[in-house]
Amino acid sequence: MSTAVPQVSLLAAVRCIFVRDLRLALRRRADTLAAMIFFVMVVSLFPLGIGPESALLRTMAPGVVWVAALLSSMLSLTRLFADDHQDGTLEQLLLSAHPLAFLALGKIAAHWMSSGLLLVLVAPLLALQFDLSPSACGVLVLSLLLGTPVLSLLGAIGAALTVGLRGGSVLLSLLVLPLAVPVLVFGAGAVEAYNAGLGVSAHLSLLGALLVLALAAAPVVVAAALRIALE
Amino acid sequence: MINWFHFAAVSRFYPLAGRLIPWFYGAAALLGALGLYLGLWLAPTDAQQGEAYRIIFVHVPAAWMSMVVYMAMAAWAGVGLVFNSRLSSMMACALAPTGASMTFLALWTGALWGKPTWGAWWVWDARLTSELVLLFLYIGFMSLHASIDDVRRADRAAGLLALVGVVNVPIIYFSVKWWNTLHQGASVSFTKAPSMATPMLMGMLVMALAFWAYCIAVALVRVRSIMLAREQHTAWARETVRSA
Repeated sequence: MSTAVPQVSLLAAVRCIFVRDLRLALRRRADTLAAMIFFVMVVSLFPLGIGPESALLRTMAPGVVWVAALLSSMLSLTRLFADDHQDGTLEQLLLSAHPLAFLALGKIAAHWMSSGLLLVLVAPLLALQFDLSPSACGVLVLSLLLGTPVLSLLGAIGAALTVGLRGGSVLLSLLVLPLAVPVLVFGAGAVEAYNAGLGVSAHLSLLGALLVLALAAAPVVVAAALRIALE
Repeated sequence: MINWFHFAAVSRFYPLAGRLIPWFYGAAALLGALGLYLGLWLAPTDAQQGEAYRIIFVHVPAAWMSMVVYMAMAAWAGVGLVFNSRLSSMMACALAPTGASMTFLALWTGALWGKPTWGAWWVWDARLTSELVLLFLYIGFMSLHASIDDVRRADRAAGLLALVGVVNVPIIYFSVKWWNTLHQGASVSFTKAPSMATPMLMGMLVMALAFWAYCIAVALVRVRSIMLAREQHTAWARETVRSA
């Protein structure tokens, strides 16, 4: 056998995986929407548990929305590699001549588009329920826009480590939630800082920094974890 | 040239660990007794906190060890990943419960210390919160290892997680620190001037050494058990168990 020459360029391969995963998410609309509905439900439960005082709700809103986003993204992460693992696609990806980290990045990007982005889009509606001002709502959306990709990237590490394990979903949350603490702190902190009349640029910059760090490091770790899982 | 890998063979490290364990246990007992004597009898009563501060002689060494053990665990895990050496992964595995118990001890004694001084068992101080997150990281490491049946895969997966955690620990610490300053909640000032009396400082340092020795001894005991459990099919393990 001669050495395998890649038939498609790296970019084309990544795009192919990205489009494929998005198409799969569109075909399984119920699964994709379930995580978003879970997000809305969790946030809606808080006023029922705490009471309807709008002043209290307004101060709690950023934290509540962010914690719900965290939980909801955990929910959808278990499926990130599980289906591909079951039907053997994952093994084909590992055998590919292209670096696995980039292929994983394509998958993660598609996952974010079909989970994190939906949370970002529905967040303003929840912000209205919690009586956030329009500009505070804007900060919330911005923080989610920067933060949810980090959740997908971090979560992908957990998903890759737990692929094919029994009780994977609980374990995944156990592994990833502590790692996601900084995202929660800066994400919710940005909105709280805005409400307190402070500048938000520090929090958003730090979220951006986390995003850059996660973008650079997480796919490599995911690739290593997938190789460990499937060796 | 020293052959660093001489004791990397499990069958050679097992007896070495067995010879070392009594020494570390002995050192832990002696230093612990000395440290407690320094701390409980010689050290003066604190001007502000009275006698309650004396838990510092357990609390601070435990908190130090909780972090040191995590670093050691991640280092062994990293060596295990790079060199694919079984012993390193076993060491990482053996250190995790010790580190988790040190973290728990630090949190527990912190609560005992917090009640008389701050009037609350728990405050959302940056150190307390990041120590709690550290406990979660230990638990994550152990539960990931426990849920994978194939030991080699478990070693490598948990090792990778430990390395990710090590990168994340400083980020978590600073994020929690800044979060805390933003909230301005229970304004707990840990950063008093370090005007510590010499016997106090000595007691704390001696206790820290005692904790070091204890952690090493316990980790070695545990790693020996892990070795026997994993190598039960080999001749040396059978021989060891039969002669014991």
